[in-house]
Amino acid sequence: MHALIDRLTQPPHTARRHPQATGPDVASAEPSHDAHSEPKITVEAADFYYGDKQALFNINLTVPQHKVTAFIGPSGCGKSTLLRCFNRLNDLVEESRLVGTIRLDGRDIHDPSVDVTDLRTKVGMVFQKVNPFPKSVYQNVAYGPQLKGIRRRARLDDIVETSLQGAGLWEEVKDRLHHSALGLSGGQQQRLCIARALAVNPEVLLMDEPCSALDPISTAKIEELLHALKSHLTVVIVTHNMQQAARISDFTGFFLMGELIEYDGTKEIFTNPSDRRTEDYVTGRFG
Amino acid sequence: MERHFEEEFNRVKSKILEMGALVEEQIRNALTALVDRDEALARQVIETDRHVNTLDVEIDEMSLECLARYQPAARDLRFVTTAMKISSELERMSDLAENICERAIELNAEPQLKPYIDIPHMAHLARIMVKESLDAFVKTDSALARKVIRDDDFVDTLTEQLFRELLSFMIENPKAITRAIRLSFISKYVERIADHATNVAELVVYMVEGKIIRHTIPSPTA
Repeated sequence: MHALIDRLTQPPHTARRHPQATGPDVASAEPSHDAHSEPKITVEAADFYYGDKQALFNINLTVPQHKVTAFIGPSGCGKSTLLRCFNRLNDLVEESRLVGTIRLDGRDIHDPSVDVTDLRTKVGMVFQKVNPFPKSVYQNVAYGPQLKGIRRRARLDDIVETSLQGAGLWEEVKDRLHHSALGLSGGQQQRLCIARALAVNPEVLLMDEPCSALDPISTAKIEELLHALKSHLTVVIVTHNMQQAARISDFTGFFLMGELIEYDGTKEIFTNPSDRRTEDYVTGRFG
Repeated sequence: MERHFEEEFNRVKSKILEMGALVEEQIRNALTALVDRDEALARQVIETDRHVNTLDVEIDEMSLECLARYQPAARDLRFVTTAMKISSELERMSDLAENICERAIELNAEPQLKPYIDIPHMAHLARIMVKESLDAFVKTDSALARKVIRDDDFVDTLTEQLFRELLSFMIENPKAITRAIRLSFISKYVERIADHATNVAELVVYMVEGKIIRHTIPSPTA
């Protein structure tokens, strides 16, 4: 009888659920890069100066391979500056200077043995303002491979088709490859710029506000594209659109006045950021 | 920066409180109906459940609209999703208050088995848990929420005690079995109301701290 009583009077599980299971620790502060993603770009103690003005302060982060990493933050926070450091585009800015180390696959990108053209082939870039060459669709995409010395027409045709398919544009332009690229819509021109970047077979794609001049449908297409591209590319995107960062990225870094305030899984940044400033920014309390 | 959708969030919060106040009243009245053998009051509690159901749907719709229109993030997102879940918990409590009244009406058909001491006491504790869990929600007070979670153990203990007592009644007098079982159901309903209040408290801890503590054993220092 006592056994029966004990059994019948066990605390109920109807509404309390099971106390023995362990819940996930959602409050982890470190970016929890999963075991499958190798570091692609590593930034170590980076400071960046435009003349006397310091734009980045002691940045340390790792961009994992084959993931989308988003940089968010208010205007002037340094996110684009850091992006442009990744393919040494800031070398073209006079009196700019980087202190610290940026590595691609473990190799310092400022090492004298690094060929900067080769670096920019590996680390392609797509800009906010769409900038196709005033040439045909075909020539826009074939230009990079031609510079690399590819001359055979059949090979170029192949690269153009593959790149346009990779950028989700092939079906829309296959019948007007030899028309001017400037006749395409804004969204198509941006995807053409992505195709142009893909044509030289990059390992990393840097995107600086790639959708800010595009309508929502074109934006959605680019976002879908990023999702497909990350299977073989590492993508770093700077965006002012926080919902876009939330939708497309795996990791998010929040920058403020040249500092990296928080860098974590996108889920953590948008559900439970650990820094109050990140929280205020993603909830629209400032910025 | 003042954000215009703050007003929407406050409306959701007010609705939750309105629903919470109704549920608390239902629990109080259900017990009064049982103790005073007041069938009319019992039927009134049952009737109130409809109003609570309507509020549950309204809160869901308002929360969905907030999600769709404002795409809240971080603590705003945790607030909206918590509000939706709390609404469901309150709706379940209202159903249980209704169940108490159904059993109370059935019990009125027979003489009272025993003086009701423990059940009203348990119900009082459960009602305080409901109130405090909602206070914790409004004040974003996770310490108060954790207190509610601890209080649940006491209600569980009382349920066990009462069950043993009712069992002894049944063993002594088989004619008392029907009434004892009905009372046992009622104590179970009260105990489950306390469980739902605990769920609300756990949700509040998530909303405030971003930590999911459901399905985990609270640490002794918590």
